[in-house]
Amino acid sequence: MSNLFDLLRFGPDGWGDELLAGALVTISLSLATLPVGLVAGFFVALGKQSADPLIRVAAQIYTTIFRGIPELLTLFLVYYGAQSGVSTVAAMLGAQFQISPFIAGMVALGLVLSSYASEVFLSAFRGIAAGQYEAATALGLRRPQTIRLVIFPQLIRLALPGLSNLWLNVMKDTALVSVITLNDLLRQTAVAVGFTKQPFFLYGVACAIYLVLSMVASLGIWRVDVWASRGIVRR
Amino acid sequence: MTAVLATAPPRARRADGITATGVALIALWAIVAVVLVLVLAHSVSAERIDAYGGRIFTGFVTTIELVTASVLVGAIISLPVAAGRLSKNRIVGTIAYAYSYFFRGTPLIAQLFLVYYGAGEFAGGLKAIGLWWFFRDAFNCAVFSFALNTAAYQSEILSGAIRNVPHGQREAAAALGLHPFVILRRILLPQALIVALRPYGNEVILMIKASAVASIVTVLDLMGETRFIFSKTYDLSFYLLAAVFYLVLVEALGRVVNAIERRITRHVRAPARR
Repeated sequence: MSNLFDLLRFGPDGWGDELLAGALVTISLSLATLPVGLVAGFFVALGKQSADPLIRVAAQIYTTIFRGIPELLTLFLVYYGAQSGVSTVAAMLGAQFQISPFIAGMVALGLVLSSYASEVFLSAFRGIAAGQYEAATALGLRRPQTIRLVIFPQLIRLALPGLSNLWLNVMKDTALVSVITLNDLLRQTAVAVGFTKQPFFLYGVACAIYLVLSMVASLGIWRVDVWASRGIVRR
Repeated sequence: MTAVLATAPPRARRADGITATGVALIALWAIVAVVLVLVLAHSVSAERIDAYGGRIFTGFVTTIELVTASVLVGAIISLPVAAGRLSKNRIVGTIAYAYSYFFRGTPLIAQLFLVYYGAGEFAGGLKAIGLWWFFRDAFNCAVFSFALNTAAYQSEILSGAIRNVPHGQREAAAALGLHPFVILRRILLPQALIVALRPYGNEVILMIKASAVASIVTVLDLMGETRFIFSKTYDLSFYLLAAVFYLVLVEALGRVVNAIERRITRHVRAPARR
C-alpha cells in the first residue's frame, strides 16, 4: 500500500506535481467558463421574457439546442468546427493556427452553461414581484438602473441555489475536455496511469481530488449565499 | 419642469411588438438551419448511406440500449439508497449520503475510467471469481458505472419526493392500521411520483447526453460510431447529424414526460375553461 502512495510524491519519480498541475488547469477552465456562461445566460433569460415574440422564440431555440446535445458532442463540434474554419482562413492568409483546447472547452462549456443558466435566471426573474419594477420606476430609475440596482441583487439570491448546481456541473464537465488533449486533472491521471499501470488507484485519487474541489466550491457558494441574503432575516 | 414631464413612466403593460433585433435573431437561426440542411444534403450520397447508414443506425440503437439498461439497473440500486437516505439510523443515513455524494460529486467519465481501466487491472482477480466475462466488455463497464451514477441521482429524486409528501398522509394511513408496505405503495409513492416525474424525466435526458462518454472507452454508441466515421472521412457533417439525432431523441422524451405529467396531474388541475 505504501508503494501506491509513493506514486503521489512530488518530483521526477512521483506524479503528485503532475496531478496538481492538472487540477489547476481544471480549476482555471471552470473559473474561465463561469463568467462567459453566466453573462450569456443572463442575456438569454432577458430574451426569453422579451416583449418581442421573435426574441422569445430565438432564445428558446438556443436553450433547446444546447440542452439537448451531449456536452461531448458540443465540444467536438466547437473544437473541430473552429479548427476547420480557422485553418481555412489561415490557409488563405498563408499562416498556421491551432485552436487551443482550453478556448474550445471554454466556449463549448460556456454555451452549455448559458443555456441552463438562462432557465435558472428566468425562474428567478419570475420570483421578483412586479411591484419592484413599478417602485423603481416611481423612484425615477431608468431601465438599466432598475436592473442593476433593484432587480439584480435580488436575482442573485433567488438564482443562487440553481446556479451553484450548474457550477458543480461545469467543474465535472471540464473532465470531458481532456478528450481533446487539454492537460487537465483527468488527462494527467491518464498519463500517469500509462506509466505506472495503476489505473484503479490513480483514477480513485483523481475522483477524490474532484470531490475536494466540489467541497471547496460548495463552501464558496455558501459564503456568496450569506452575502446575497444579508438583507434577509433568517428564520 | 418640462424635463420631468418628458420622461413619463412607461405603460404598465406593453403590447407584444416585433422589433428589428427579433427579426435579426430569427433570421440568424434561419440561416443556421439552411446551412445545416445544405451541409447535410451535400455530404449525403448513395454510397455514403450504403457505407455508414447501418453504422449510424446500430449506434443509435446501442445508445438507447445503454441508457435503458443503465436507468433501469440504476432505479433498482436507487431503492436501497433512497431508503438509506430516509432512514432514521444515523450510520445507514451517512453511508447512503456518502454514496450519493461521491457519485454526484465526481465526473461520470472519471467513474467510467475507474471501472473500465480498473477492471483491466484486476482481470486476474475477476477471472478467479468468474466475473471477467462481464467486465471484459466495454459496454458492460459503461452500464455498470452509469447505473451506479444514475442510482445516486435517482435516490435523491426519490427520497426528496417521498419527504415532500405531507406528514399527515403517513400518520392518517398508520391510524387506519395499514401495513407500512401498503402505506408506501398506496399512499406515499403515488403522491411522490407526481413530484418526481419531471426530475426523473430530466435524469433520463441527462443520461442520454452523458452516455456519449461511453464512446471514449470504445463503446460504439451513436457518438462512438460517429467518431469512427469522422476518423474515416474527416467530414464534420456527421457530428452535425449525430447532434440532430440526439436532439430529436431528447425532445421526443421531453414531450412524453409532458404528456404523462398532464395525465397524472389531471385530478389536481383546474378544469379546462369552456
